[in-house]
Amino acid sequence: MTSALGSAPTGRDDSRARPTPTRAHRFRWARAAGTGWLYVLPALVMYAVFVLRPLVLTLQYSLYDWNGIGVARWVGLDNYLTVFTDSDLLKIIGNAIVLIVFFSFIPVALGLLVASMVRRITTGAFGTVVRTILFLPQVIPLVAAGIAWSWLLSSNGLVNQALRAVGLGGVARAWLGDFDTALPAVGVIGAWVLLGLCTILLVTGMSKIDPALYEAARLDGAGPVREFLAVTLPSLRQEIGVCLTVTIIAALASFDIVYISTSGGPGLQTTVPGLEIYRLAFSQRQVGLASALAVVLMLLVLACVLPIQRLSRGEKP
Amino acid sequence: MADMLTKFPRRRTVLLASLLAVGMTATACSAPGEDRSSTQKSDAAVKTELGTDPITLEMYAETGFPLAKALADEFSKQHSNVTFNIREDQFTVIVENAPRVMASDNSPDIIRLPTMVDLVKDDLLKNLDPYFTAYGWDKFPASQLMQLRVGENTRGTGSLYGMGLGYSVTGVFYNKKLASQIGMTQPPATVAEFEELLAKAKAGGVQPIMQFNKNTAGINFPHQALQNQFGDPTQVADWIFQKPGATFDTPAALKATQTIQKWAQAGYFTKDANALDYAGMVGEFQKGNGLFMFNGDWESANLDKSMPGNVGFFLFPTESPGGKHVAMSAPNTFGVSAKAKNPDAAAYFLNWVHTNAKAREISVTVGGSSPGGPSDLPVPSAAPNTVLAETLKASQQLGAENGAVDFTANATGGIFAAAITPEMQKLIAGQQTPEGYVKAVQAEYQKELSR
Repeated sequence: MTSALGSAPTGRDDSRARPTPTRAHRFRWARAAGTGWLYVLPALVMYAVFVLRPLVLTLQYSLYDWNGIGVARWVGLDNYLTVFTDSDLLKIIGNAIVLIVFFSFIPVALGLLVASMVRRITTGAFGTVVRTILFLPQVIPLVAAGIAWSWLLSSNGLVNQALRAVGLGGVARAWLGDFDTALPAVGVIGAWVLLGLCTILLVTGMSKIDPALYEAARLDGAGPVREFLAVTLPSLRQEIGVCLTVTIIAALASFDIVYISTSGGPGLQTTVPGLEIYRLAFSQRQVGLASALAVVLMLLVLACVLPIQRLSRGEKP
Repeated sequence: MADMLTKFPRRRTVLLASLLAVGMTATACSAPGEDRSSTQKSDAAVKTELGTDPITLEMYAETGFPLAKALADEFSKQHSNVTFNIREDQFTVIVENAPRVMASDNSPDIIRLPTMVDLVKDDLLKNLDPYFTAYGWDKFPASQLMQLRVGENTRGTGSLYGMGLGYSVTGVFYNKKLASQIGMTQPPATVAEFEELLAKAKAGGVQPIMQFNKNTAGINFPHQALQNQFGDPTQVADWIFQKPGATFDTPAALKATQTIQKWAQAGYFTKDANALDYAGMVGEFQKGNGLFMFNGDWESANLDKSMPGNVGFFLFPTESPGGKHVAMSAPNTFGVSAKAKNPDAAAYFLNWVHTNAKAREISVTVGGSSPGGPSDLPVPSAAPNTVLAETLKASQQLGAENGAVDFTANATGGIFAAAITPEMQKLIAGQQTPEGYVKAVQAEYQKELSR
C-alpha cells in the first residue's frame, strides 16, 4: 500500500517514477473502485440503516417473546413453531395464496387478452386515452380504491342495484361481509387495481415484437389464436415475468385493500399475513410472533418469485 | 428451490451471509426492550397549586370526540399561563400507539387510555394515589373510580391510574317515529317485551336493530347487555378485571350468545352487519333505517342535532320486571404518563374537570356524559326533550342502582381484536355455535393472561 502511494503520479517528475504497467493498472482500478464506493456510500448507508438493519432486527425479534416495551424473553424457534402449527395463522397464509389467483393470474390473463385487442390502437390520441383509462386504477391510492369498492359492493351499492335492476335480486348480498364471497370480492378489487399495470406492460412488450414475425405467421396460414400462441406469447416471456413478479408480491404482501374494505373479516375470512403481522405487533403486542410471521412471509415471497425470475429470463430452470 | 440457491452466485451469497452475520452479532448482543422496573420514582411530594409560570400541557386525545379540546380551551381561558398542545388520533390508533408514545422521550402529559393493566405493568403510567389524597378524591363515590384502579395484575382494586373526562353509559337508542309505527308507546320493561318489539318491527317491515359488526364487533354491545341481565354481573366484572379463576364460559354468557344467534337468524340485525362499520351504523340510523341502535351517550349530542325530537333512549331492560338495571358504563379514561413533564399540572386539570362548574357543564353539553366528581355537586341539566336529557337521567339512575359494569372488550389488550370480533362475526353468520363462541373467547383470554 505504501509503495503504491509512493509511486503515485505526482505531476512533473512522474515520468521518472513511473511504476510498472501492471501496478499502475492495479492502482487506477483501486482508485476508480474507491471513487465508485464513495458515490454509492450515501445510498449504501441508507440501505443499511433502513433495509438491512430492520431485516436483521426482525430476525432477532422473531427469536424472542416480547411486547415491544419491556424486557424480551428468549424463546428460540418457538415463534416459528407457532406460525407453522397455529390453525388460524395457517388459514391466514392460505388466504394470501388464494389471493395470488386474483391478484396475479387473472390480471395477467385478462391483461394479455386486453393487450391483444388494443395493440393496434396504441398510436394517436385514441391510443393515449385508452392507455390512460387502463392505467388509471394504478394511479389511484389503494386506500381510495378500497373505499370506493366498499361502497360499490355494499348491500345497497351499485353492484347490487345493478343486479336488482336486471332481475337478479336473489344474488345480491353484502359481498364484503359474506363468508362465502368476501375473499373473492377482495380479490376482484386487487384484480381491478393490477389489470391496468399488466395491460400497459404487455402492450409495450407487444409493440416491440417484429411485425415480420406476424407476417410470416400469417403467410404460413396462422389465424389470430395461432398467431397469439406462436408469436405473441413467447415474445412476451420477460414482460409476463415482470407482471407475475409484481402482482404475486402484491398478493402476498397485500394490506391496504384488505384493511380498508374488510379489516380482515368476516371472521378470519380475508385476513392476510400483512394485516396479521400489523395486528400481532401493535394490537396484541406479540412483536416476536409478528416478526416470525414476517420472516416466513418474506421466504414465501422469495419462494414464489425467484423461480419466475429465472424462468422469465429464458434460462433453463 | 435448493437447486436455485446453489446457483445463486457464490460471491453474493458470501457477501449477504457476512452482512447478516455482522448485523446479527451487532444486534443480538442483548435482548430487545428495556428494564423499566426501577424508573418509577416514589411519589412522595405532589403540588396542588398551578402557579403562574407558563406551562404547555401535551395531550393525546381521541379524534371525533370534541370534549377534550373543549375542556382544554376553557381551562386555558381560566388559567392563562397554561396552553395545550393536543394531538388527536382514532381510538384504535391510540390503543396501538400508546405504549410506544408513552415510552418515548416526548411522552404526553395527559393521554386517553386504552386498557391499563399492560401499561401499569410496563411502568408507563403515573400512580395517582398521592393526588387522590391531596385533592380529596375520596369524596367521589368509590364506584366511580373503581374501574381505574390496578392492583397486582388485576383491575378494580389497587392504586388509581386514571380519571374520566366524563362517565359514559350505554343503552338503546330508538327512532320515535318508527316506534309509534309499530305501536311502541313506552320503553320495554323486560327482555321479553324487548324481543316482542323486535318481532313486531320485523313483521311490520321495519329493520329492528341497526348495529355495526365490521372492524370492531358492535354486536358485542347487545351481547353484553343480555349477558349482564342473565346472570350475576359481578361475574362479568371479575372476568374483565382479570380476577383469578374468573371465566367467560358461564351459563349467562352462553344464554346471551344463544339469544344473539337467535336474533341474527330471525333477521333482527341487518344482513350486511358484518360489513357495516360504526360510522355507517350511525348514518343508517339517522336516515331512519332502523328502530333500535345499541350505543352510548357519547352519540347523544350528535343525534339531537341530526334527528331532533325523533330519538329516545332507555337502559336495556331487566330479565324480570322491576329488576335492577345493569349497563356497560365506563369513564372516558385519561391518565398521566410516568414520563410526563408536568404531572402536577396534569393532575390539577383532571381535578378541575370534575369540580369546576363550567367544566362540568361542558362535560354534559359537549361530551353528552355525566361529569362524575363529588356526589354533593349538582349535575348540570340538559335542555328538556332532548335525548341528551334522557341519557343523563339514565346515567343517574344507573348510579343510584349501582349497576355500572365495564365493557367485556376491555378485559385484555387483545381480546377484542383477537377473539370477540372474529368470533362474533362468525356467530351471526352461523359459522360458529354459541358454545364454541364462549369457549373461543375464554381460550384467547387464558392465552393472553398466560403471557
